[in-house]
Amino acid sequence: MSHKSMNLTLHVWRQKNAKCDGKFVEYKADGVSPDMSFLEMLDVVNEGLIAKGEEPVEFDHDCREGICGTCSMVINGRPHGPKERTTTCQLHMRSFKDGDSITLEPWRAEAFPVVRDLVVDRSAFDRIIAVGGFITAPAGSPQDSNSLPISKENADLSMDAASCIGCGACVAACPNASAMLFVSAKISHLGLLPQGQPERYLRVRDMIAQMDAEAFGTCTNHGECETACPKGIKMENIARMNRDFIKASLTFRHATIGGGGA
Amino acid sequence: MELNAHIPDGPIQQKWEKHKFDSKLVNPANKRKYRIIMVGSGLAGGAGAASLAELGYNVDCFCYQDSPRRAHSIAAQGGINAAKNYRNDGDSVFRLFYDTVKGGDFRAREANVYRLAEVSNNIIDQSVANGVPFAREYGGLLDNRSFGGAQVSRTFYARGQTGQQLLIGAYQALERQVGLGTVKMYNRHEMLELIMVDGIAKGIVTRDMVTGAIESHIADAVILSTGGYGNVFYLSTNAMGCNGTAVWRAYKKGAAFGNPCFTQIHPTCIPVTGDHQSKLTLMSESLRNDGRVWVPKKKEDCKRVPSEIKEDDRDYYLERKYPSFGNLAPRDISSRAAKQVCDEGRGVGETGLGVYLDFSDAIRRLGKNKIEEKYGNLFEMYERITDENPYETPMRIYPAVHYTMGGLWVDYNLMSTIPGLFVAGEANFSDHGANRLGASALMQGLADGYFVLPATVSNYLAGLKPGVRPAADHPAVVETETAVKTRVEKLLSIKGSKSPTHFHRELGKIMWEYCGMARNEAGLKKALELIPKLREEFWKDVRVVGENESLNQSLEMAARVADFLELGELMCLDALERRESCGGHFREEFQTEDGEALRDDENFCHTAVWEYKGEGQNPVRHIESLTFEYVHLATRSYK
Repeated sequence: MSHKSMNLTLHVWRQKNAKCDGKFVEYKADGVSPDMSFLEMLDVVNEGLIAKGEEPVEFDHDCREGICGTCSMVINGRPHGPKERTTTCQLHMRSFKDGDSITLEPWRAEAFPVVRDLVVDRSAFDRIIAVGGFITAPAGSPQDSNSLPISKENADLSMDAASCIGCGACVAACPNASAMLFVSAKISHLGLLPQGQPERYLRVRDMIAQMDAEAFGTCTNHGECETACPKGIKMENIARMNRDFIKASLTFRHATIGGGGA
Repeated sequence: MELNAHIPDGPIQQKWEKHKFDSKLVNPANKRKYRIIMVGSGLAGGAGAASLAELGYNVDCFCYQDSPRRAHSIAAQGGINAAKNYRNDGDSVFRLFYDTVKGGDFRAREANVYRLAEVSNNIIDQSVANGVPFAREYGGLLDNRSFGGAQVSRTFYARGQTGQQLLIGAYQALERQVGLGTVKMYNRHEMLELIMVDGIAKGIVTRDMVTGAIESHIADAVILSTGGYGNVFYLSTNAMGCNGTAVWRAYKKGAAFGNPCFTQIHPTCIPVTGDHQSKLTLMSESLRNDGRVWVPKKKEDCKRVPSEIKEDDRDYYLERKYPSFGNLAPRDISSRAAKQVCDEGRGVGETGLGVYLDFSDAIRRLGKNKIEEKYGNLFEMYERITDENPYETPMRIYPAVHYTMGGLWVDYNLMSTIPGLFVAGEANFSDHGANRLGASALMQGLADGYFVLPATVSNYLAGLKPGVRPAADHPAVVETETAVKTRVEKLLSIKGSKSPTHFHRELGKIMWEYCGMARNEAGLKKALELIPKLREEFWKDVRVVGENESLNQSLEMAARVADFLELGELMCLDALERRESCGGHFREEFQTEDGEALRDDENFCHTAVWEYKGEGQNPVRHIESLTFEYVHLATRSYK
């Protein structure tokens, strides 16, 4: 544990709302302890701004333990900053050194409009889930869980994909602002489980259609998403999704119209 | 105030079935004429909103986060209990019920706890059906692990991210209903007031956190699933945004508050490092399955490197004091034991407020790979925060505020003392008594959301005329909305010199010092002097910059801190009046010779139920007596 405090210069994106233009504003962050988390450093900067009667820098954050997916900022050009597999809230100042300049920007993507400063609107992700990112199983009396054995391998792979925290770093990192890592993680999570089979092909068609409607770009295999993902979600999920999508597209039939009962 | 818990008649094993059968139903064509407000989208709120919408009701669901998937249930790590008895180790619904009542130190309502144990198995099945990838064994069946306060293996888990996976299961069900148009989701909306019409809950006033618009929403019933109020301590394992505003506003409108002083201090959190600290991070209780807790026997060893301290010089104090439960002693007991050894000067780390959680034995026994598979993400999180590798050196942990067993008082139907206002999950007081066992919060949130609310809310709605709700210009609605606007303007107009965070931190210090792990009469009385002073200073000197008509996090914070400054006082008052020790409530005056909690069943075998009496008036303490027919009152022992 080091006790040496650091003085830093921040270049922070300030933007009042989606309609206004934004700009970088410079702030000093002095006396920063290496044991502080990145967001705690920003807390201190904000307290200083409030003391001067200036409006603090707005940024999204909540659990501060790397699981809720709320925090979102591009630090020196990298979503969630320099440390691999680490969300901004888990990044500590020991990753920086005295005298560093740090640039802070919001996620930049057409589908994620800026709300204010470093805060963006990621509701497009919710809308993608709402069209198909689920298993239809209303609360009631489902069968006993052990009556449906799932191989450990598939349960583990499904869990790997389900670890996605929906932060949007993949979109922010992608030159095309593609959401395919996010969408494919859900496709894999549910598609690897027996419960997810009945809706598997419907799901992939509907989710991809919504993804396109939300103005996300398409994947051209840059791989930036995988590098930026704080939870280590793999690009193999995109391959799995593409396979399902091709199959779904080739064999798709409109649902037949049902009739009433007797 | 009349308190009727509405516990159904009959043997405890049949109460819930009987109650469901006796409940009134709403016919499918009428269901769509009702509107329900759900505040909160965590396990209770998300599952509840989805399940009520699946039944055919219209649901408006509100959360302060930018997506319902971010509710703080997501951070629960270790697991969820259920009485499946898949291990053949003697588990049963009755044993889960028994363990939970005993774990709660006999301060919970038997009928509620039994129902919780009864539906626990359905929760696992429902979650699996929704696609929750629980840990499996090679044969494809579900795996289990052990948790504190139980001698059976009944905890189901998804790595160290069980809360995340269960919440995503509920979130997916919720989003499905959003897609179908039965749930309207209001993200980034904060409830600032409850609307009452003729003494009945009929809606809420919210602030749109992006535009600042203050709006009224009218419904036939209002459900609060807004979580706990642990952030009253400033430093806690709760998310930064967790707050007590919704329950506090409801309390001030007449919903009684049950056991406000019952707070859970979790034994295994990463110790505080400095004044800048904004929150504390939990290390899952599941780690105590394989980790051994110890401190040096001698004070002079505390600053040495742990590997240099010989086996004989280590005090595995949980194993020593509680041989039958060992490192899996319940949370309240483990936390107090950690405090005791640190108070004796045997704490480790720079501040001396820490104990070791050591995995070296488990790594030798099972291999590093197995430990990594079980706890990998937790070890990684620990290393991120502390810059120490727990595979090589023991973790340092210390207790931190984690959960509030207290909450709004509810009857068996989860309805508060305000008709039409239901409270679910951590926000209510109902199931955990004075101490919650590990892996039971997830169980309760989902029990309330998936299974209890759909039955009990339907029963309530069946008594209302369908499609008849107060108009938006009803005087009670307009008046409530105006009061909220005035309050927001007031916060912005003070223009004092100190930030909302300053007041929050100060309040937290008072609460932790006097109403934390150990409490006494003098300290509580001191806190009851300090808090009103701090509150007065807040309303004179808080500085909220910016405006209402925009995203303004300091305004949000100020409104929450204002409510914490009142809620904290009620907690201290409740702690002062409960002149006994039980569960997480430890009054230093009431302890056994060897420092264990000394309950007073003669005088305090009840829930304290506080009624608000108006600004400047003392609240009134009512009681709901507790009777134990199935689990006999006994001194809780884990020795």
